[in-house]
Amino acid sequence: MTAAAATAPAEERSIGLWRDAFHRLRRHPGAITGGAMVLMMVLAAVFAPQLATHDPVRGDLANSYIPPLTGDHLFGTNVQGQDVFSRIVYGARLTLGIAVMSVTIGVLVGVFFGALAGYFRGWVDGLIMRMVDIMLSVPGLLLAIAVVAWLGRGVVQIAIAIALINIPIFARILRGSLLALREADYVIAARAVGVRGPALLLRHMLPNAMGPLIVQATLALGTAVIDAAALGFLGLGPPDPRTPEWGVMLADTYRFLSRAPYLAFFPGIAIVITVLGFNLLGDALRESLDPRLRR
Amino acid sequence: MTRFIVRRLLLLIPILIGLTLLIFVFIHLLPGDPATTILGERATPENYARVRAALGLDLPLHEQYLRYMGGLLRGDLGRSFITNRDVVADFAQRFPATIELALAAMLFAVTVGIPLGMITAKRRATWVDQLGTVGSLIGISIPIFFLGLMLKYLFAIQFPVLPSEGRIDLAMQTFPRTTNLLVIDALIALDFRGLLDVARHLVLPAIALGTIPLAIIMRITRASVIDVINEDYVRTARAKGLPERMIDGRHVLRNALLPVVTVIGLQIGLLLGGAILTETIFAWPGVGRWIYDAVTTRDYAVIQSGVLLLALIFVVVNLVVDVSYALLNPRIRHS
Repeated sequence: MTAAAATAPAEERSIGLWRDAFHRLRRHPGAITGGAMVLMMVLAAVFAPQLATHDPVRGDLANSYIPPLTGDHLFGTNVQGQDVFSRIVYGARLTLGIAVMSVTIGVLVGVFFGALAGYFRGWVDGLIMRMVDIMLSVPGLLLAIAVVAWLGRGVVQIAIAIALINIPIFARILRGSLLALREADYVIAARAVGVRGPALLLRHMLPNAMGPLIVQATLALGTAVIDAAALGFLGLGPPDPRTPEWGVMLADTYRFLSRAPYLAFFPGIAIVITVLGFNLLGDALRESLDPRLRR
Repeated sequence: MTRFIVRRLLLLIPILIGLTLLIFVFIHLLPGDPATTILGERATPENYARVRAALGLDLPLHEQYLRYMGGLLRGDLGRSFITNRDVVADFAQRFPATIELALAAMLFAVTVGIPLGMITAKRRATWVDQLGTVGSLIGISIPIFFLGLMLKYLFAIQFPVLPSEGRIDLAMQTFPRTTNLLVIDALIALDFRGLLDVARHLVLPAIALGTIPLAIIMRITRASVIDVINEDYVRTARAKGLPERMIDGRHVLRNALLPVVTVIGLQIGLLLGGAILTETIFAWPGVGRWIYDAVTTRDYAVIQSGVLLLALIFVVVNLVVDVSYALLNPRIRHS
C-alpha cells in the first residue's frame, strides 16, 4: 500500500502536466508553424520515391543547367543534369535519418551517464562531470570533423560524430534536473515510505525530468541537421559523391554560383525550413512545459 | 578572488590531460588506422610498416602517449603529412587571420544584437517585437555556409560592391605585416587606404560568421531587459521622474548586460567552429581554411593538431571569461 499511495499523486500530476502542455501546444502559433515545417520535411522523406520526378542520382549531361520551373524540372537541374527537386526530396531522407539517429544515440548515452551522475553523486558524479567538461571543451563542429576524419566517411560515422556533440549536453541537463528533484516534496515522500534505488530513479525522478530533455532533443535535431550539412559541405559527407545530401549539394554549387545561383538556393532553403521548424517547435515546447507558465 | 582564480586554474589541469587523452584515443584506438588511410587499402606490407614506424604506431600505447605529451609540452606537434612543414609554426602564422575575423564578427554581433534586443524588449508584444523574434529565429536557423554563399552571390557577383575572397588586395599590401592582424598593421603604418581595403574584405565574412551570435545575443538581451524592466528599482527610478533615456542606460541596460556578457563568452566556441566554414567560402587564409585544406588532402597531422590547438585556445579563453565575469559580478566571486 505504501508504495502505491506514494506513486499515485506523482503520476496524476505528471499526466496533468503533459496533457496541459499538449493543449497549450495546439494553440501555440510557433508550434503550429514549426510543426508544419517539420511535418512537410518528414512527409518528403517518407514519400521520396513517390514525390521524386526523376532518379536523384543518375544525371543526363545533355540536360544540365536547366533553370527552375522548366519542363518537369521543378527546381531545375545541376551541372550533371541531375534533377534538383528529386535530390532535395531524397536528401530529406538522409538528413532527417542522420539527425534522428544522432540525437537518439546522444539522448540514450547522455541520459545513462547523467542518471548515474545525478543519482550516485560523489566520485561517480565528479568523474562523469569532468568528462563532460572535457567533451564540451572542444567546439562541436571541430569535434565532428575530427571524428569523421578519423572514422572515415559514411552515414553511420557522421551520426556518431554528431551524437558525440550531444552526449555531454544531455548528461549535464539530466544531472541538473535530478539534483533539483532530490529535494522535491514527492521524492522525499517516496523515500520516506521506503522507495529506494532504481525504482525511485525510474518511477519518480526520471519521468519528472523529461521536460527539459524533450526541449533539448528537439533543438538538437535542428543543430544536427546543420552539422550534418556542414560536414557534407566540408567534403566529409557520405562517401559516394553522387549521394543527394543537402550540404554536398551546396558545396557542389560553390564554383557555379555566378552561373546557376538557384542550385545553392534550394538546398539552402530546405535546410533553413527544417532547422527553423525544429527551433520553433523546441521554443514552443519549452514554453508549454514550463510549470511557471501554467495557468 | 585569488582563491577563485587558483581553483579555476587547477581545474584546467584535468581538462587538459583529458583533452589530449581524448584526441589520443581517437587517433590510436578507434577502428581505422592512419597508415591505411594514408596509403589506401592496397599498400604493400613494407610501405605499411614504414609509415607505421614513421608515425610511431609500432610502439606500445603508453609510450606513444608519453611521446605525444612530451612533444606537446615542447610545443612540437609534428609535421604535416603533405607539406612536411612544422604544424605549430603553420598554426601560429595563420591564427591572426582567424582572430581578426572572429573579432570583427563579434563586433558586428554585439553592436547590432544588443540595441535590437533592447528595442524589441521595450516594444514588447508589438509588431516590432514579433518581427525581431521571427528574425532572430531565422538568424539562428540559417547555416553559415548558406548565408555566406548568398552574401557572396548578392554583394560580390550580382551587385559587385564588396570583395569576397582573401584579406586584402595584393596591390594594397604595402605596409609591413608586424602583427599579421592587418587592421592593426595598417593602423601602425598609418596606411588608411590599406585599412579601408582590409575593412572592406572583412565585411561579408564577418556578417556570415556573426549572424548566429547576433541572433543569440539579441534574444538574451531581450529576455534580460524584460526581466530588469519589471524590477522595483526601475519603477522607483521612473517614479522619481528620471528621463526615460537615463533609466534605460543607467538602470536597465547596465543590470541587464550581465547575462549577455556570459553569452558572448559562450559564443567563442561557435565562432571557432564557424570559422572553418566561413574561411572556406571566403578564401580567408586562417586556421579554419587550413583545417579544411587538411581535410581535403587527408592530412591527419594537421587535422588532429589544429583541433587540439583550437580546443586549447577555447579552454583558455573560457577561463578568462569566467574570471573576468567573477570580477564583474561579486555574487559569483563569493559563492
